[in-house]
Amino acid sequence: MNNLLEVKDLKKYFPLKSDKLFSREKPMLKAVDGVSFSVKKGETLGLVGESGCGKSTTGRVILKLLEPTAGEIFFKGENITSYKGERLRKLRKEMQLIFQDPYASLNPRKVIEKTIAEPMKIFGIPKEERLKKVEEMMERVGLSSYHKQRYPHEFSGGQRQRIGIARSLVLEPELIVCDEPVSALDVSIQAQVINLMEDLQREFNLTYIFIAHDLSVVHHTSDRVAVMYLGEIVEIGEVHELYTDPKHPYTQALLSAIPEANPYAEKDRIILKGDLPSPQNPPSGCKFHTRCPFSEEICLLKRPTLKQVSRSGQMAACHFVKEVVERETSGMLSESAYK
Amino acid sequence: MKAALLEVRHLHTHFFTKSGTVKAVDDVSFSVKPGETLGIVGESGSGKSMTAMSILGLIPSPPGKIVSGEILFKGEDLLKKSEKEMRQIRGKEISMVFQDPMTSLNPVFTIEKQMVETIRAHEKVSKKQAFERSLDLLHLVGIPDVKKRIKMYPHEFSGGMRQRVMIAMALSCNPSLLIADEPTTALDVTIQAQILELFKKMQDELNMAIIMITHDLGVVAEVCDEVLVMYAGKAVEMTYTKQLFDNGKHPYTLGLMQSIPKITPNKEKLEVIEGLPPDLRRLPKGCHFAPRCKYVMERCLIEGPDMTKVSEHHTVRCLLYEKTKKAVKQ
Repeated sequence: MNNLLEVKDLKKYFPLKSDKLFSREKPMLKAVDGVSFSVKKGETLGLVGESGCGKSTTGRVILKLLEPTAGEIFFKGENITSYKGERLRKLRKEMQLIFQDPYASLNPRKVIEKTIAEPMKIFGIPKEERLKKVEEMMERVGLSSYHKQRYPHEFSGGQRQRIGIARSLVLEPELIVCDEPVSALDVSIQAQVINLMEDLQREFNLTYIFIAHDLSVVHHTSDRVAVMYLGEIVEIGEVHELYTDPKHPYTQALLSAIPEANPYAEKDRIILKGDLPSPQNPPSGCKFHTRCPFSEEICLLKRPTLKQVSRSGQMAACHFVKEVVERETSGMLSESAYK
Repeated sequence: MKAALLEVRHLHTHFFTKSGTVKAVDDVSFSVKPGETLGIVGESGSGKSMTAMSILGLIPSPPGKIVSGEILFKGEDLLKKSEKEMRQIRGKEISMVFQDPMTSLNPVFTIEKQMVETIRAHEKVSKKQAFERSLDLLHLVGIPDVKKRIKMYPHEFSGGMRQRVMIAMALSCNPSLLIADEPTTALDVTIQAQILELFKKMQDELNMAIIMITHDLGVVAEVCDEVLVMYAGKAVEMTYTKQLFDNGKHPYTLGLMQSIPKITPNKEKLEVIEGLPPDLRRLPKGCHFAPRCKYVMERCLIEGPDMTKVSEHHTVRCLLYEKTKKAVKQ
């Protein structure tokens, strides 16, 4: 068992206010609609997709910050889906989150020493040890411990993100969900933070779930990547293979849309028509059919499932991709696909 | 050789704050020809937006002030115009598209009302004519079902749709110069691709010049003919886009290009530019980039370099290239 985390058919629906006064049916926003994947110890799984595709919600459900509507979450082989109270609290030590906005995620009225020490305080670590650890961690993420008595507004965006990283690391977690950790930063600072995160991963044997909309950043940081569209994973696989040979039409369009920093690049760009449909009222069958250049009748009627499309285990959910069967599969996703 | 539509010469825009003078734009010169796209690249605080605001005469004053320089638009100096004259130029001759389409549209008026008002502010046309023109423009930028959509309020549109509405409004008086400040930064890549495509199409059809302000070198490579790189208020390099990517000279430009993750099979550690951009109130003496520069020399900490011509239509502000120099005049 080398999967640190395994997620099976995870769903998260948010109830909405009904338009009709006496209707019994509650409309639901299906933010995450049947997502399955697994993450090995020490690896980085990238989650990409457009805004509103459910990537952040997926991250939050895994951390149990949101209660899943259906599905199961296994962490180190244990089913943590129904954990509550004290057991959940203990579990939180092992899983941490790095937020997107380095401005909103730090308490402006606390000096950063307190902010970084806060998680340790919650877990009852003695004060002396806390202070020592804060200094150690600040130096490790490239901040001078001399600055520990300063307030967040005295730091730049990149430094604040380092503070956020230090805070998530003080409890020595195994899994870190990084929700757009570098998208608010300038390019030159972004590279510094990415390098830091990679060094820390090696040093502490961390496992990352890296949520981002910047596809080149995800390519750089991740080992495997899952592409989401309207709450579903449409394609998942080893990152470079998926980027060079995407099978799902949505992945193809998404990748072709990246503006390349090369003025000579002649691209066959697939320009998708229209906007992302509302997740409140998603299209029938394959959710991508309204924007797909290859859509046919079957796409309107039947929802495609993930099938293996390459020998190395890349999987795509499209009616028109060719299935590659390596050997008899037991039907268990994790068994066949992620070896 | 076409005459320049806009020529900015030695622009200095300063902000006088309690904690000191901020040189937001510090000696920036460039020109744009009709039908061309100029990219202005730089990180936050590099002065790229303030350059645009200076052109439009929208610098909040006080504390801001254009201290010196010339902004020649069709041969006339915009800095000598009165506020009333500027109002006639803004929105008609020069229009703009901002990063955040939600805050630049008025949430309490329908799209129709806002578009008709813009057109009628600049041209003597009837409401009906203005309405017809608005419909055409919205259709042009690819908004489906225009007759129904024009009656809607901004919040009923998605981010990409709102940005299209903004572009339609910016185009409503056939401007000869469009300034787009991070027009696609808030949008998803698939929508960004649609909008960039739209810019190219509009430019071909209307032969307008575009100044595209962005931090994304990918966007620059895609749409710009020429690029101006800014750092801490100063223009540090200017040349053709292809020349910049093939043969960029300034250490900051090079560092910026190396720090973008590339999609290649072998993932090496990203090259980084060490350190942080300087505080504009306490700029280092000499070259502003010197504290972060890999090739820093002793001279750099004392002397601020000038823009130096390194080849035809390629200027760099760096002492490394000043040996061969004839400092560029103008």
